[in-house]
Amino acid sequence: MTGPLLRLTGLTKAYPGVIANSGVSLDIAPGEIHALLGENGAGKSTLVKTIYGLVKPDEGTMEWRGAPYAPAEPSEARRTGVAMVFQHFSLFDALDVAENVALGMEDPPPMRALATRIREVSQAYGLPLDPARIVGDLSAGERQRVEIVRCLLQDPRLLIMDEPTSVLTPQEVAILFETLRKLKSEGTSILYISHKLEEIRTLCDTATILRGGRVVGSCIPGETTARAMAETMVGSALQAPERASRPEGPVALEVSDLTAASPRPFGTALREVALTIRAGEILGIAGVAGNGQDELLLALSGEMTTAPGTILMGGTDCSRAGPAARREAGLLCAPEERMGHAAAPDMSLTENAFLTGETRQRLSRRGFADWAGARAFAARVIEAFDVRTPGPGTAARALSGGNLQKFLIGREILQAPKVLVVNQPTWGVDAAAAAAIRQALLDLAAGGAAVIVVSQDLDELMEVSDRMAALTGGRLSAPVPAQGLTVERIGLMLGGAHDMEAAHAPAREGAA
Amino acid sequence: MIRLERRPQPSRAWTWATPPLAVLLTMIAGGALFAALGEDPLVAIRTIFWDPLFGDFASYSRPQLLIKAAPLILIATGLALGFRAGIWNIGAEGQYIMGALCAAATALAFYPMEARWLIFPLMILAGMAGGMIWALIPALLKVRFGTNEILVSLMLVYVAENLQSWMALGPLRNPDGMGFPGSRNLSQYASSANPELVAGTGAHWGVVAALLAVIAAQVLLSRHRLGFQIRLAGQSPRAAAFSGVRPGLLVVLCMGISGALAGMAGMFEIAGPSGRVSIDFNVGYGFTAIIVAFLGRLHPFGILLAGLLMALTYIGGEMASMALNLPAAAIQVFQGMLLFFLLAVDVLTAYRIRRTGEAAS
Repeated sequence: MTGPLLRLTGLTKAYPGVIANSGVSLDIAPGEIHALLGENGAGKSTLVKTIYGLVKPDEGTMEWRGAPYAPAEPSEARRTGVAMVFQHFSLFDALDVAENVALGMEDPPPMRALATRIREVSQAYGLPLDPARIVGDLSAGERQRVEIVRCLLQDPRLLIMDEPTSVLTPQEVAILFETLRKLKSEGTSILYISHKLEEIRTLCDTATILRGGRVVGSCIPGETTARAMAETMVGSALQAPERASRPEGPVALEVSDLTAASPRPFGTALREVALTIRAGEILGIAGVAGNGQDELLLALSGEMTTAPGTILMGGTDCSRAGPAARREAGLLCAPEERMGHAAAPDMSLTENAFLTGETRQRLSRRGFADWAGARAFAARVIEAFDVRTPGPGTAARALSGGNLQKFLIGREILQAPKVLVVNQPTWGVDAAAAAAIRQALLDLAAGGAAVIVVSQDLDELMEVSDRMAALTGGRLSAPVPAQGLTVERIGLMLGGAHDMEAAHAPAREGAA
Repeated sequence: MIRLERRPQPSRAWTWATPPLAVLLTMIAGGALFAALGEDPLVAIRTIFWDPLFGDFASYSRPQLLIKAAPLILIATGLALGFRAGIWNIGAEGQYIMGALCAAATALAFYPMEARWLIFPLMILAGMAGGMIWALIPALLKVRFGTNEILVSLMLVYVAENLQSWMALGPLRNPDGMGFPGSRNLSQYASSANPELVAGTGAHWGVVAALLAVIAAQVLLSRHRLGFQIRLAGQSPRAAAFSGVRPGLLVVLCMGISGALAGMAGMFEIAGPSGRVSIDFNVGYGFTAIIVAFLGRLHPFGILLAGLLMALTYIGGEMASMALNLPAAAIQVFQGMLLFFLLAVDVLTAYRIRRTGEAAS
């Protein structure tokens, strides 16, 4: 076959107030892994939604193998051979893997046959999955496998992946890449969206960089540097986080012998977790989501109380205290899930600022809320953390992921915590915003606060942490100094790749 | 093809536009219903919505508006607090009955003492306490044992109704009533009466209380920490827990407040318009208030308007069934339509309608 698999010519899409795509043209060759790069809001989502038939362009055309291509809806795109793995999974927790896969199919085969197919495809591509398992019990990495296998069952010619590695361990990433390379060798094209530039350098054949809805560059990632790509993305020189050397302060938070069942039906219990963190220190906690991260956060934030004496704040026992009392004592948290946990989606930023700011910012008097004060506090967060939004009156739901995350991290940082615990602080956040958040965490520690960063992103942890520990199966390893640690070493601390294996020999049966 | 598309944030304009639209649609569909029954739809609609206020017999029916609206508003305001927080008190009818019984029992215990300054306030307190205790049963069971407050509060309505019959026939029966069921008439006992405050308006102390409740609820929801916690818990329970809301406390508070307001409504009713404890003095205000709460968008001022509108359809419906010989069931269908249309057009606040053409490819 000659010519591109998919050619986009002059695609333009405007929404009220923003031009999401402006004259975007690009070619995707058969069997090519094509990276799509850009900050949040650069127009990547709109572009892939256009390809997937979710968005209709105002101008411009698409050609599929030389023929005009204008899918009216995703099912048409899927019939053509386009499949997409979304960043946010669309799975039903209470159903099993096979049922979830069947729900995404136009014409699902009988369950038994489908289960066999799932097993075959997942084995062939090194993504083992038990079709009978309930999705609620799966880790984020395993959920992603369900999404990928769901796509592979359609035998796609073009697979679109939106931020696929943000939930994976290094070993899982390596296995995913093998899977993608195997697909590529079979002639499948992949459109790969990621913020992780090093990954793109090792995986992708070509890259198209978007900024403000326009194509601002394209390159062969293997032949350029991550820094150069990042600077094209942002449009200016990038600042690497700076670390000041910090003197050791007094013990800020001490957790000992913390054992607690998960309050959630599909959660992981914490087992004998112990850690000590000093003022001015950043402790990184590595691990794949679903290994007790949420539970640790709940135990620290006070949403879940634990046995007396397990959590000491500056020497005072606060294991039985609720969230408000802990905030008063200076222990602040920023949970992973932005919508519905850290923030109420339908409430304004002002109200969301009040949500955690009430106690420490003195935003209420005799029980009555000081909304003017809350608005001013929200405005300060917006200002200090460069949150792009019309103003504090905007609903949290209307903000992009990166902007909301900046707001939520900023909301805690501006309350001058003594101890700040953040879970996945840069999940789904673009490079510039992620750098800003990391810098803010470093600055906070430099100012004398103790910071615990729970993250799946090892590069991030290496960048900010003084010491690192790994959380697996609800157990926390002993923290070790971060300096001199290698990614491989941490991978081993995490206890291997969680039953993943590299794509192995038998070719995909029944593949066209 | 028509498609619903989720709005980035709920539309403020539609939040306020949907109730009038629902009323309009109800008038149209109701008019069609009345036409099918062989009545002139315009006359029927006028009889229901216009005549009670401005018709020939308005001087009789106009005071009824406030008399009927006050308990609805009082109860619905309390219910809305719980509903906002995702706490479903369906048993306001039972709490209303218990409030009335406690208030009546208090008054009758003092009979025939002349001490309005003591007895009337005591009755209010007793009414509130009765309703509150009845509502706290499902609340505490929910907090302690995780029972479903919808079922428990609803079933307690039937318990309350049986207590009411027993009281009317037994302990509270009028000793001078020659064996007829029912208590002494509290509205004729000077210390307990809840009279019309301004002649010809129907306004009694319950109307004042309803207005105060609406204002207090509005202040609570918009200005107070508890109101914020109620809204937060209803929208995002996990964010509420993160913020430090104690769900159990919220259940107890919301159920307690709504029970107390329902009990208070029962007190004003039994001391005024209804007058005596009979086997059937309750007319379903507790259930209708659920409709009023939703018709008013769970918003205190909305509930004020919705309560008046609902009272109007009651009075107008009664007039229509008498004047035009419409069956009572038709009036109930008409009232049901109102809630149906409200919930149906409610979709427009969170979604917008998009027309998508069939694109050929």
